[in-house]
Amino acid sequence: MPTVELTYREALRRALREEMVRDENVYMMGEDIAIYGGAFGVSLGLLEEFGQERIKDTPLSESVIVGAALGSALTGMRPVAEIMFMDFITIGMDQLINQAAKIHYMYGGKACVPMVLRTPGGSGTGAAAQHSQSLEGLLCHIPGLKVVMPSSPYDALGLLKSSIRDNNPVVFVEHKLLYSQKGLVPEKEYLVPLGKSEVKREGTDLTLVALSVMVVRALKAADKLAQEGISVEIIDPRTLVPLDSEAIINSVKKTHRLLIVHEACKRGGFGAEILSQIEESDAFDYLDVPIRRLAGSDIPIPYSPGLEKGAVPQEDDIVEAVRELVG
Amino acid sequence: MILDKNDLVQIYKQMLTIRRFEEKVAEFLAQGTIHGTGHLYIGEEAIAVGACRAIKDEDYITSTHRGHGHCIAKGADLNKMMSELLGKETGYCRGKGGSMHIADVETGNLGANGVVGGGIPIACGAGITIKMKKLKRVVLCFFGDGAVNQGVFHESLNLASVWDLPVVFICENNLYAMSTATKIAFKIKDLSLRAASYGMPGVKVDGNDVLKIYEEVIKAASRARDGRGSTFIVCDSYRWKGHSRSDAERYRTKKEVMEWKKRCPIERFKKYLLDRGYLNREVAEQIEGEVNLSIQEAVDFAQKSPFPSLKTLEQDVYAS
Ligand SMILES: Cc1ncc(C[n+]2csc(CCOP(=O)(O)OP(=O)(O)O)c2C)c(N)n1
Repeated sequence: MPTVELTYREALRRALREEMVRDENVYMMGEDIAIYGGAFGVSLGLLEEFGQERIKDTPLSESVIVGAALGSALTGMRPVAEIMFMDFITIGMDQLINQAAKIHYMYGGKACVPMVLRTPGGSGTGAAAQHSQSLEGLLCHIPGLKVVMPSSPYDALGLLKSSIRDNNPVVFVEHKLLYSQKGLVPEKEYLVPLGKSEVKREGTDLTLVALSVMVVRALKAADKLAQEGISVEIIDPRTLVPLDSEAIINSVKKTHRLLIVHEACKRGGFGAEILSQIEESDAFDYLDVPIRRLAGSDIPIPYSPGLEKGAVPQEDDIVEAVRELVG
Repeated sequence: MILDKNDLVQIYKQMLTIRRFEEKVAEFLAQGTIHGTGHLYIGEEAIAVGACRAIKDEDYITSTHRGHGHCIAKGADLNKMMSELLGKETGYCRGKGGSMHIADVETGNLGANGVVGGGIPIACGAGITIKMKKLKRVVLCFFGDGAVNQGVFHESLNLASVWDLPVVFICENNLYAMSTATKIAFKIKDLSLRAASYGMPGVKVDGNDVLKIYEEVIKAASRARDGRGSTFIVCDSYRWKGHSRSDAERYRTKKEVMEWKKRCPIERFKKYLLDRGYLNREVAEQIEGEVNLSIQEAVDFAQKSPFPSLKTLEQDVYAS
């Protein structure tokens, strides 16, 4: 299969392009997404191709971005709204949590809200406490929302296309540090289904479930650990809701050890959910050591570079955690 | 659109239907037959009826917690409404929504809303669909005076204005948001002044005058359909009943309520029709009978309907 090398950013852009060409009901809106191309350049060039009717620059109004996306989805469109930083979904939270997430159920299954909310999360850019959060845990708590978190260009492209075709509100969480990450993707059109995890590296000694940018760090850590003779299996759930827990269960049955790594604060983070699901499953009997979570500190993301790095798991932290669990 | 005699009589009948429906709901709330809360529209019937008469079946509305009147005016089936209020499987939302979430998206009712102001951005979204699909439709967005002080009011009216969305924003100013009088919550006396800051027309109208409301909404809707953008209409009216199920009404006097009851929008319109010979006592009585019958049928239908099975509990969280 012929492939091309794309960055995560380019992969997202290709997904948007393909879906807008395929379905005239798909359109984008958000702050500075048109001529500016979005704060991280994802939609750069789409204005020229699709015009301002379909690449809509909105005023600075997150609530109405989410709410208007919902209203147009409810009446037949397939909007892809962008919230410039994940932190600002809090401003559109009523429309997301109380409205979009509930409509299908609340209306007795008689209407649906096929919308995507794309937003970049995560730290590492020195943007400090109000521009660096990983808030996916908040969203996973809400029935009716789907939550997607791709870690590679391949997944970003295939998952965004599936998210746009999904008939539910999907929050699509990108990572700022991944936008320039390169990877091979097929030249031909393809989809990655929601609710299907991927084994990013096979191994036998320990199962490591990582989210978003932590997959990249885990892969590097696993290379290092391999030199010490430790074989790590890395699973990327790719979508948190719905979660492919089956794959994690099966892997744990094979490796007998589980480490969960994410950037979001540990307390109440999605790692706690994965941990509980494994605890409650028959994989529990296979565990040789207690499950461990490696996650962000329970603090706002600090500014100073050393502090910022210290706040979330780095490659060395992962290496160390694996050694402790395997050793 | 010129209203003929038949239209005028239908308008009267619809206002009366809302009144009688709400009186029944009040009774059910008092008895505990309806187990949640309910916000009654009694006293404000002219707004929903005048406004919805000015639009077509394919047009949209977004409604509020005080939404039964909008629902009926948009042509809802009383049986399904009453069933929903009683939590029955045959209700609009199969018993999962209740009073504050009745919706019928297929017939253009995008839903009541439990969050004050929550429907305003949704109306903008429907406006986007209309524009993008070049449908020549319009959205009526209803909300109370309380919603005018929500942040989304500002975001939404501004967006609607800069994008010329075909949305008519209709504020039902019944002088109170729960106990909070508009004079406490606003420094301005005339809420329609807010429109100026969005660069859209602001209109203030007597909310108990059904024909005046109709006229203003006709104007605003044709403006919207022609791509000339949104309008903000403030209808001054009054809620006769307490805010919801339990309200000691300590914030207003009996005298004030009595004063407003004298301005009953239905009695006033009935007099208008009688004076002009569009209605006589006999026909009026016949209408009253028909209305009461339709409410009774709705009650019977709802009471006979089954409650949803527990099997439906986890159904429809996600769309397939
Ligand atoms: C965001 C929000 N805040 C508070 C409430 C509780 N509440 C329900 S109705 C209401 C008053 C609304 O007043 P108004 O918008 O004027 O409508 P009215 O009830 O007068 O028709 C309040 C405070 C709510 N439902 N939503």
